[in-house]
Amino acid sequence: MGTNEIALYQTMVLIRRFEETVNELYMQGRIPSTLHLYIGQEAVAAGVCSALNLDDYVLTTHRPHGHALAKGVEAKAIMAELFGKATGTCKGKGGSMHVGDIRVGVFPAIAIVGGNVPIAAGAALSAKMMKNGRVAVSFFGDGAANEGDWHEAMNVAALWKLPMLFVCENNLYAASTPYKAAFNIETIARRADAYGMPGVVVDGNDVLAVHRVAQQAVERARAGEGPTLIECRTYRQCGHSRSDPRTYRTQIEEAEWKTKDPIVNFRKYLLEELHVDENSLRQVDEKVEADLREAIAYADASPLPAADDLYSDVYTPTSEGGRHA
Amino acid sequence: MPKMSIAEAIRQGIREEMRRDARVFCLGEDIGIQGGFGGAFTVTLGLSEEFGHERILDTPISEAAIAGLAIGSAVCGMRPIADVQYGDFLFEMMDQLANQAAKLRYMSGGTLSVPMVMRAPVGATGRGSQHAQSLEAFFTHVPGLKVVCPATAYDAKGLLKAAVRDDDPVLIFEHKLLYGSKGARSEKGALSPIGEVPDEDYIVPIGVGAVRRTGKDVTIVANLLMLYRSLAAAETLAQKGIEAEVIDPRTLVPLDKNLILDSVRKTGRLLIVEEDNLTNGWVAEVAALMADEGFAWLDAPIKRVAAPDVPPPFAPPLERAYVPDEQRIVDAVLSML
Repeated sequence: MGTNEIALYQTMVLIRRFEETVNELYMQGRIPSTLHLYIGQEAVAAGVCSALNLDDYVLTTHRPHGHALAKGVEAKAIMAELFGKATGTCKGKGGSMHVGDIRVGVFPAIAIVGGNVPIAAGAALSAKMMKNGRVAVSFFGDGAANEGDWHEAMNVAALWKLPMLFVCENNLYAASTPYKAAFNIETIARRADAYGMPGVVVDGNDVLAVHRVAQQAVERARAGEGPTLIECRTYRQCGHSRSDPRTYRTQIEEAEWKTKDPIVNFRKYLLEELHVDENSLRQVDEKVEADLREAIAYADASPLPAADDLYSDVYTPTSEGGRHA
Repeated sequence: MPKMSIAEAIRQGIREEMRRDARVFCLGEDIGIQGGFGGAFTVTLGLSEEFGHERILDTPISEAAIAGLAIGSAVCGMRPIADVQYGDFLFEMMDQLANQAAKLRYMSGGTLSVPMVMRAPVGATGRGSQHAQSLEAFFTHVPGLKVVCPATAYDAKGLLKAAVRDDDPVLIFEHKLLYGSKGARSEKGALSPIGEVPDEDYIVPIGVGAVRRTGKDVTIVANLLMLYRSLAAAETLAQKGIEAEVIDPRTLVPLDKNLILDSVRKTGRLLIVEEDNLTNGWVAEVAALMADEGFAWLDAPIKRVAAPDVPPPFAPPLERAYVPDEQRIVDAVLSML
């Protein structure tokens, strides 16, 4: 499978512009809750998800928009969910921190740090037992690697050779806590050795590097050789959430990481190294803008959930269901 | 009809479901190890011989992973039957059960289901505070979960099979003194009721309680071990000319509330008995339900008998004082007349 650089570029631009757009909408008061933006980390979602098939599984976090978009969840359905509309990915019951669409393999995002990791192992276990060739990816931040759930899942996944990828987005801060204040080791990838699986550190702002590493890990998983831990070194260019003034890090540091921007640099690479016609990139940019305008219009026009919808989807109608039946 | 213990009945239920449906599998600690226990109370003994270690999965001691594996595989089309050795260990996986299993369907807007079973032994049996708690009430407070508590061998098989086929997460609470575990795993002071269990395929529907003894003077609602103590108390009361109706809810979520309401409409008195600590137990919910929907029928205040609000103790005299006994139930009924 040849790498489709333009598709990688498009995915990253879509994520970046989606996040910038929802940030503006949030400031305008059109999105009723906080947001955890993915700006600066786009190369991870794009690089990993481009190595997956539609029916592979992705589990994500409280910062899920990028993973969902990269795995193929429709932008308009995510937008509608952020607006709290009945047409959203979760019918307005999830919100920003729970977007997902199981039809394209994306579980509702798990907003408890580390909580998605054992579930991803379960998805991988199902693939192994059903022999359907699928793999599962757990995306998590550096903070999750200090949760017990993470360690339990790492161990059992390695032990059972589950077809999965542990993708750590080490953006150097767990909320405001710097990496060094939470880890006594230089890399999280080192922990892979303790569980008997390969651990790789990769430049998380280099989409091609991420893609290559992910592809190898996916092949290894599909071949029955077990999981891989991939630590993507990256940087969250915005705050942890919308209420974060980022006073725990320096402007110098932020400016340094700005020069490592995954999209700016990849665009430069496409133009200067691959001699891609700038017009074709502009077309991609315009397509993204058009898609986002459509997504906003769709979300705007969509109905709010009815008050009665509160009570549905707690239990499955096919089972006996219902409290105090 | 064959007679068997609850442990044997659950085992037969698991075996039948695994034969019926290739998606069904078991995972837990010490459940299929060669020469091992077959789970803490022998329920899974022999299953790995029939189904192999590909479907009877022995896990590391990692309760959060056990729950996560069950949840993830269930969403993706499997039908896991997970277990913990002692119900107390459910706290090790509380995030996975309360935040994940219970909410994934709702958070997804109803686009997926989590058809998993989690089995958990409960009850104070001489093991001190951390291998003894009766935890049903915790989980009745989490929308999205179903909670069942079989007290007979017939129900144990039928409810297990219903739980496996249910599309939502079901927690099955089983009592250590009711299993009838044998050999080195037998329990001192166990009741081990033996019951008739048909060989054929049947389910006991989730959400349907059972009247275990009919009476006209007072309704006693009790689950698991407390059901048997209540039945013994009813026998004693009968000798005094008091006829107690004893109801086994069998399922706590969803609760068969009409069965309870209809009984109290007849008897005018309600006593609820559980082995959990008194405050905010499921008995409190049944009492509130009665006050809300059946107050007019009551001829006496609703009474609860439960363990006191202390951790389960170790020393036998302390444990005897902790777990409600027949006498406390009799006394409670007498105080209502």
